Amino acid sequence: MNKNQLLQELGQILPSDVILHQKEDLTPYECDGLSAFRELPLAVTLPETIDQVTAILTLCNRLDVPVVARGAGTGLSGGALPHKDGVLLSLAKFKQILKIDPQRQTAVVQPGVRNLAISEAAKPYGLYYAPDPSSQIACTIGGNVAENSGGVHCLKYGLTVHNIQQIKVVTIDGELLTIGGSGLDSAGFDLLALLTGSEGMLAVIVEVTVKLLPIPERAQVILAAFDDVAKAGEAVGNIISAGIIPAGLEMMDKLAIRAAEEFVHAGYPTDAEAILLCEIDGTNAEVSEHILKIREILNQSGATEVRTAKDEAERLMFWKGRKAAFPAVGCIAPDYYCMDGTIPRKQLPHVLKTISELSAEYKLQVANVFHAGDGNLHPLILYDANNPGELERTEEFGGKILDLCVKAGGSITGEHGVGVEKINHMCVQFNSEELTQFHAIKSAFDAKGLLNPGKAVPTLHRCAEFGAMHVHKGKLPFPELERF
Amino acid sequence: MTTQDSSLDLQAHVKNAIKNNTALCIQGGNSKSFYGRTPIGQTLKINDHSGIINYEPTELVITARAGTPLKEIEYALLENNQILPFEPPHYGNNATLGGTVACNLSGPRRAAAGAARDYMLGCKVLNGKGEIISFGGEVMKNVAGYDVSRLMAGALGTLGVLLEVSLKVLPRPEAEITLTLEHNTEKALAKIIRLAQVNFPISANCYDGDRLFLRLSGTEGAVETSKKPIGGEIIETEHDIWQKIKEQQHGFFMTDQPLWRLSVAADTPPIKLEGKWLYEWNGALRWLVSSASAETIQAAAKKIGGHATRYRGHDQNHIDVFHPLSPALLNLHKKLKHAFDPHGIFNRGRMYPDF
Repeated sequence: MNKNQLLQELGQILPSDVILHQKEDLTPYECDGLSAFRELPLAVTLPETIDQVTAILTLCNRLDVPVVARGAGTGLSGGALPHKDGVLLSLAKFKQILKIDPQRQTAVVQPGVRNLAISEAAKPYGLYYAPDPSSQIACTIGGNVAENSGGVHCLKYGLTVHNIQQIKVVTIDGELLTIGGSGLDSAGFDLLALLTGSEGMLAVIVEVTVKLLPIPERAQVILAAFDDVAKAGEAVGNIISAGIIPAGLEMMDKLAIRAAEEFVHAGYPTDAEAILLCEIDGTNAEVSEHILKIREILNQSGATEVRTAKDEAERLMFWKGRKAAFPAVGCIAPDYYCMDGTIPRKQLPHVLKTISELSAEYKLQVANVFHAGDGNLHPLILYDANNPGELERTEEFGGKILDLCVKAGGSITGEHGVGVEKINHMCVQFNSEELTQFHAIKSAFDAKGLLNPGKAVPTLHRCAEFGAMHVHKGKLPFPELERF
Repeated sequence: MTTQDSSLDLQAHVKNAIKNNTALCIQGGNSKSFYGRTPIGQTLKINDHSGIINYEPTELVITARAGTPLKEIEYALLENNQILPFEPPHYGNNATLGGTVACNLSGPRRAAAGAARDYMLGCKVLNGKGEIISFGGEVMKNVAGYDVSRLMAGALGTLGVLLEVSLKVLPRPEAEITLTLEHNTEKALAKIIRLAQVNFPISANCYDGDRLFLRLSGTEGAVETSKKPIGGEIIETEHDIWQKIKEQQHGFFMTDQPLWRLSVAADTPPIKLEGKWLYEWNGALRWLVSSASAETIQAAAKKIGGHATRYRGHDQNHIDVFHPLSPALLNLHKKLKHAFDPHGIFNRGRMYPDF
């Protein structure tokens, strides 16, 4: 690809100040939230109209130039890692909230609008946008749709896919498509579901209509301490068996508790092996009834301490500790590596025990933060990148955790996406027929494979090479492929 | 209750059909054959592929083979005080899980709780190459790979044969009452919209032209404290009314005239089309009994960003049973169909005449 020709033709679409191509201008875009992977693109473009996006995609399609779309770049799996021969398409200038419609309980927003900004704009109408990934201050709704982001409230309120109604996307052919509609469903296939979580592989999102919910009349949180993580896990099952779906149900293990307590002084019991944070929301009457029931269940499940936040300040303090868990862990170790597996909840004691054995084997500490209600485990592996070989050992350990999640009947990623980070582990979760089906879907949208190449779905050859290093039960995976 | 794994038989059948270039019509209980266009091909029965494979009440997940009777699933859930939150219509005694998911039809609770597709966690599918492939799983959160499971919901079997489905389930509400109020259409629609903006535990609503019905579900306290501010009278036959609406046995549906289903924005004012109306889902679902022309009805729905479906009592060989797609979207549908079913053997023509 001739860089000069690309820049010259981009210059016919965009003003020169929104086409970046000097090394110093490109460097801020070299990675996303997963900084272990870095790459400079040929150019960064910052369009501000849908017509410009369409023109850029049409141009890149004609010149066979890869395109990587990017929101705020807070993703944790390298999904927005630039392509060295490609254009990085930043949607940062698409930051208008186009409409808040209290009657329809929807907000129409551009993709570069921050997640939290939607709830802030909806607040005067008594409404909010439910999915709340931990990066909600910074992450954008376009990225949330591309990754199908979750958050601490998805057990009750669902993921991004459950909370959007319509999107507008531009395909690599330069076609503007409206997916979904103003009602609760639309004619034809559920392309809204297919595009949500497709990691920028199928089309570029240029507008999102999200659903808004009434702000609950009341929210309350209970903190429970346990001397055994298995008991905490059982307590979660007992709450759900009693017919209660809490708004949030989070677990932290000892190391995570101590790190968080040191960092924000949330009042966590630092001698506990595990704590549960259980948030209940709804009408006043409903919350009161549920709190009584949950306290009883927690006590019966062997909690050593059960505390209901005495006021809103304490409720926010309980959450502050949980929400600060990642940076807190960042304070007790030079580096940490955040994993994102999901498991059926009943497998928790087994999975935590195995992680602790692996931790001893690899001589690397692990703090566990767990969206306990929906089985999404975030083990944080503590390491020091300055120690030669430690990053490699950490990645290998992380890989073992993902294998463990798949074997336990779960998934390699609950909410962070595959990106470049977990692309090899896709070969563990899916066989070659399934991966081929994914590639066929990709081809239906993007026959030349120009949108975000090398992410999310591995080629079969890549799996063959990865498989050669990971032989399971003496059987070579992907036996139908040649080996190089 | 029968439990049988017929997936290999079904696979052999499909491989044979590919070899002989025979189109197949996938059939479960045949309870929803009225829905969609009439497909071309030999019947592929999936009823024998039946049985609940895994049900973990504390994990809120059930996995069953596609031929499992829907009533068997609902019974198993009820024994553990759980429900399918999307309250699917059966439309007959023989409805299966596979057909329910393939049609993505949801009942009165849809506006409050979500549709069938919202509860899809994973599935095993027999694709048009005769391969048995799995997507998603039995966990609540899973973003590995494209969301094929949800794509299967509502694809009407045109992309493959559903073999197994994993669904998220929820606890059955502790208490439930139904309130009724008399209103004209404008007032009833405005009232529903107003109630939806506040934290009332409304799990279903319906306006039949005379009366507005509201179902409250939740804890005893939540239901009790909400009924007064909402107003209206409690009716004792609450189960009956929602059952009748869900299964379309309400008097409104007893007609020889064509029935249309319009999906529109909830706050759309009464649509000026000739006929009788019944409203559900906060006004977002509108049933219309009308002899107006398809062009008129579809144009009216499209104008407000919605879509119209010929639901019952139409010529099922008609070209547009479902709302016509734009040329670009139709093209994408054809490509996706080809990606799953390259020989075009499954439910040919069931959704659109083009595939």
